[in-house]
Amino acid sequence: MSNERVALKELLFQLADDDFLISYRGSEWLGLAPHIEEDVAFSSITQDTMGHATMYYNLLEELGEGNADALAHLRSSAERRNSVLAERVNGEGYYMETPIYDWAYAVVRNYFYAQAKRVKIDSLRESSYAPLAEGAVKVSMELHYHLMHWRTWFTQLMSSTDEAEKRMTNAIKLVMEDFGDIFSYGQYKEDIESAGLIATEEELTKNWIAALTPVFESLGLAVPTIPAPVKNGRNGEHTDELDTAIATLSEVYRLDVEAVW
Amino acid sequence: MTVLTQLTNDSIYGALMNVKDPEIDTVSILDLGMVEDVSVEGNDVKVVLLPTFLGCPALEIIEKNTVEAVQKVPGVSNVDVEFIFSPPWTSDRITEQGHAGLRAFGIAPPPRHFEEDGSWHVDCAYCGSTYVTMDNIFGPTACRSILYCKSCKNVFEAMKPISTLM
Ligand SMILES: [Zn+2]
Repeated sequence: MSNERVALKELLFQLADDDFLISYRGSEWLGLAPHIEEDVAFSSITQDTMGHATMYYNLLEELGEGNADALAHLRSSAERRNSVLAERVNGEGYYMETPIYDWAYAVVRNYFYAQAKRVKIDSLRESSYAPLAEGAVKVSMELHYHLMHWRTWFTQLMSSTDEAEKRMTNAIKLVMEDFGDIFSYGQYKEDIESAGLIATEEELTKNWIAALTPVFESLGLAVPTIPAPVKNGRNGEHTDELDTAIATLSEVYRLDVEAVW
Repeated sequence: MTVLTQLTNDSIYGALMNVKDPEIDTVSILDLGMVEDVSVEGNDVKVVLLPTFLGCPALEIIEKNTVEAVQKVPGVSNVDVEFIFSPPWTSDRITEQGHAGLRAFGIAPPPRHFEEDGSWHVDCAYCGSTYVTMDNIFGPTACRSILYCKSCKNVFEAMKPISTLM
């Protein structure tokens, strides 16, 4: 297989797994958001995002990687290419029992993630792989509303009470600890970048900072620095939290992989 | 002797008029601008559709209903439905008839224009008043938002505007 082919598939797995895991974490919030309006909004965003993951998995299926549903459900954590940020639990506890989820963390994670996705999608619209460029145009229109939504929560909570600010500051710290691999292409950096599939890691990082700067400036803050990755999800390095997520999310699918749900 | 019916695109479009949005039965997929192409080859029909939202769970139902509706046209043997992303579906593809159908259902059609800051405005779907507030940009389905009319004090829905400029 040519280097370009490998690079394309690696990139698609990174994009697919990112959206798949973050929307799985979003789905765990169903019924638990701070108010009913937010529950409607968050679940709508989650549904859109799951649709984006499906689009990428379908592109992989067309490239001969196997059935899209199987790609989503049956791959082990070592095969996953999502950022560590996307796999993190929402907080303590299990959603079926007594979850103590952290709304500040949800807001910061989703805002920073949506903005990262925005700069990637903007670049993917010019991708050398036409089906990906076409898909990016579709994602872009839906993402517009997601980003607006999380930005609103972020700025409102950051300029609210002392308690809110304390929790948000703590959440920013937590999110940034896992942000090191967000713009990483892992060991395929060179092949992905030279294939013209998407902009370089450095360019995306620069664009992300530029997009957040006015928001942070208006709050009198500096955009946090992106650290080097501790674990790089793009190379299949993950936390136990991903193993648990995969076991849970694929439980029903594994019962009968032939079933039409 | 068998009389072979000559299939025409018109007869297929006629059938597609009966394929309604599963959640809004006053508008068809044609009214919504989801039908990009219809081609007939002998007795085989191919319908190319544009998904509104990528994660829309109604797409599979629409696909199934499209096949069933076209299959009913005399002379049709095979029906193939394909979803493509390019051109992307945008809300300005909804026809005038589509706008009328949405209003009949109590949903404000998507606005044609955005303000400079990216926000948008629709009038109340019930009384036409312009004194409305956005309640939730995310509604009961991916494509709808929830608004509140300060004149008639009704909650109503609007189709979200979707454009490639976003
Ligand atoms: Zn009214």
